[in-house]
Amino acid sequence: MIELHQLSKRYTAAKGASVPALNDLSLQVPAGSLYGLLGPNGAGKTTALRILCTLLAPDSGTVRVAGLDGLADPRGVRRLLGYVAQDVAIDKILTGRELLQLQGDLYHLPRRQRDRRIAELIELMGMGDWIDRRCGSYSGGMRRRLDLAAGLLHSPQVLVLDEPTVGLDIESRAAIWQVLRQLRDGGTTVLLSSHYLEEVDALADHLAIIESGTVIAEGAPSSLKAALGGDRLTLRVREFSDASEAARVQALLRDCPGVRQVVVNQAQGYSLNLVIENDGVVEQLRQQLATADLPVFALAQSRPSLDDVYLQATGRTLMDAELAVAGSRDPKAERKASM
Amino acid sequence: MTSANPTISDRSPDAAEQPSALAEISQETLALTRRLFLQLQRRPSTLVAGVLQPLIWLVLFGALFAKAPAGLLPGGISYGRFLGAGVIVFTAFSAALNAGLPVMFDREFGFLNRLLVAPLRSRSSIVLASVLYITSLSLVQSLAIMATAALLGYGWPGGVGLLLVLITLLLLVFAVTALSLGLAFALPGHIELIAVIFVANLPLLFASTALAPLSFMPSWLGWLASLNPLTFAIEPIRAAYAGQFSLTAVVLEAPYGDLTAGTCLMVLAGLAAGLFLLIRPLLDRKLT
Repeated sequence: MIELHQLSKRYTAAKGASVPALNDLSLQVPAGSLYGLLGPNGAGKTTALRILCTLLAPDSGTVRVAGLDGLADPRGVRRLLGYVAQDVAIDKILTGRELLQLQGDLYHLPRRQRDRRIAELIELMGMGDWIDRRCGSYSGGMRRRLDLAAGLLHSPQVLVLDEPTVGLDIESRAAIWQVLRQLRDGGTTVLLSSHYLEEVDALADHLAIIESGTVIAEGAPSSLKAALGGDRLTLRVREFSDASEAARVQALLRDCPGVRQVVVNQAQGYSLNLVIENDGVVEQLRQQLATADLPVFALAQSRPSLDDVYLQATGRTLMDAELAVAGSRDPKAERKASM
Repeated sequence: MTSANPTISDRSPDAAEQPSALAEISQETLALTRRLFLQLQRRPSTLVAGVLQPLIWLVLFGALFAKAPAGLLPGGISYGRFLGAGVIVFTAFSAALNAGLPVMFDREFGFLNRLLVAPLRSRSSIVLASVLYITSLSLVQSLAIMATAALLGYGWPGGVGLLLVLITLLLLVFAVTALSLGLAFALPGHIELIAVIFVANLPLLFASTALAPLSFMPSWLGWLASLNPLTFAIEPIRAAYAGQFSLTAVVLEAPYGDLTAGTCLMVLAGLAAGLFLLIRPLLDRKLT
């Protein structure tokens, strides 16, 4: 349904330096799927979605939606897409209903159809109590629901959502998840970006991991996890270890039989993430630690999670990736590019 | 939220009927214009301030020279009568100069993106809606000032004169609106736009024939005033107020030659058309 082919895009930052946002990003979203784009902030998810929604022209690459060329026929693509942006732009002075009416007119819905559709969406999103109040008084969850309703107004074949549940309370998030699942079950193709692992895990039947503007892993969450194999151990010898102790333990355990990998997880107080062949290995490791006179504060075992898939693909956890980019973005330049 | 939802995926009959381009453009333009008027209705301070400011000009400035020696002004009219045309034009001019502000705020708050992802038949609808809104707003404000001026005894242009006044204002409003919308897409933010509006406003008023006739000015200022678009709007209106409706009558003896009312209107029309052509690339860059 959606084909992004070798998209590249560079932003011009301050002082004329140009920053790559997308680097040969390719993506294929099957019709009727609920597709998750997973990646840390700044990985290029928003840029890719903005290009898909014809808000931004790529430096190179192609965009196809339902067979239409997004660069040659942007209006055709716009008609197929519903887009729910990350920072919800609503008009504080209008009521929710007036905003939906405006949106309906921008998509050229005949008036009767428009009003019937608005009534349906008010019911679906549970907006009846506040839809005739001005948007300025809405909470974050209400705004997001209204924006989702606006994106669905013209019953698009493809719904694109950029971080739809960032900053939402649990209840609003569950409500939005439910609507997205219903849409998928009704045949709509849903593409969403997220930097929440559990969101993609809970919702998506396909996912792509994006890092530094390119796709580094792709597939169904279950098959990605199954492909990893082995079990995961998280080990802490103390509640808070330091780097040197973690390195020492890493060296000690690395060459034990049945241990595939030992990684020091800096973001979790220098705990150790191990990949092991089977259950029997755990007991051997305990003995090793006891022999070396090292305590065990915590030892947890689990099947591979999406976080492990991420770790395997990128060499770091999503949280570390988030921390790494947190200080290095230029929000001013990004905002300017979006105006 | 309800869980039962049989309708969520019902598709709009997209290909079933293709409405005409004109119908689609008018639907989107009217919807965008309606939004601007809803904003005005709920936040009427722009409208009130836009009438109040020229009103204060009219009352205070008109009184300033109330006791000036009779016969000082050409044609022997009172200063209040002389000032009327200037204040009317200034009202329309100030209102039109603000045309870019709502667009700029839409850019800054990301609302423009909502419009840009929609399959608008023509993105000129966004500009057209602003022009419709600002034109009606400034004409209403100007008419309010004209009515007040009439109550103050500064006269009222009858019939044909009124038509001439409205056409002149319309042309000026188009030109200034084009300029302001162009700035709204060219400048980085509303701070810069407001700064430009602030700087442009009063000097353009002073360097025109709004407050004093050319004969009062040193020649350099006279030249400036005779090139100022505001003057081209003020003089035909002043002539209309004086009961002179002929397009071929001379309304201004500029240093470079005599100007008729018709010439003034042509210059304003040319300016409006030229400015819209000039800002076109700017709009295209942001809107396509």
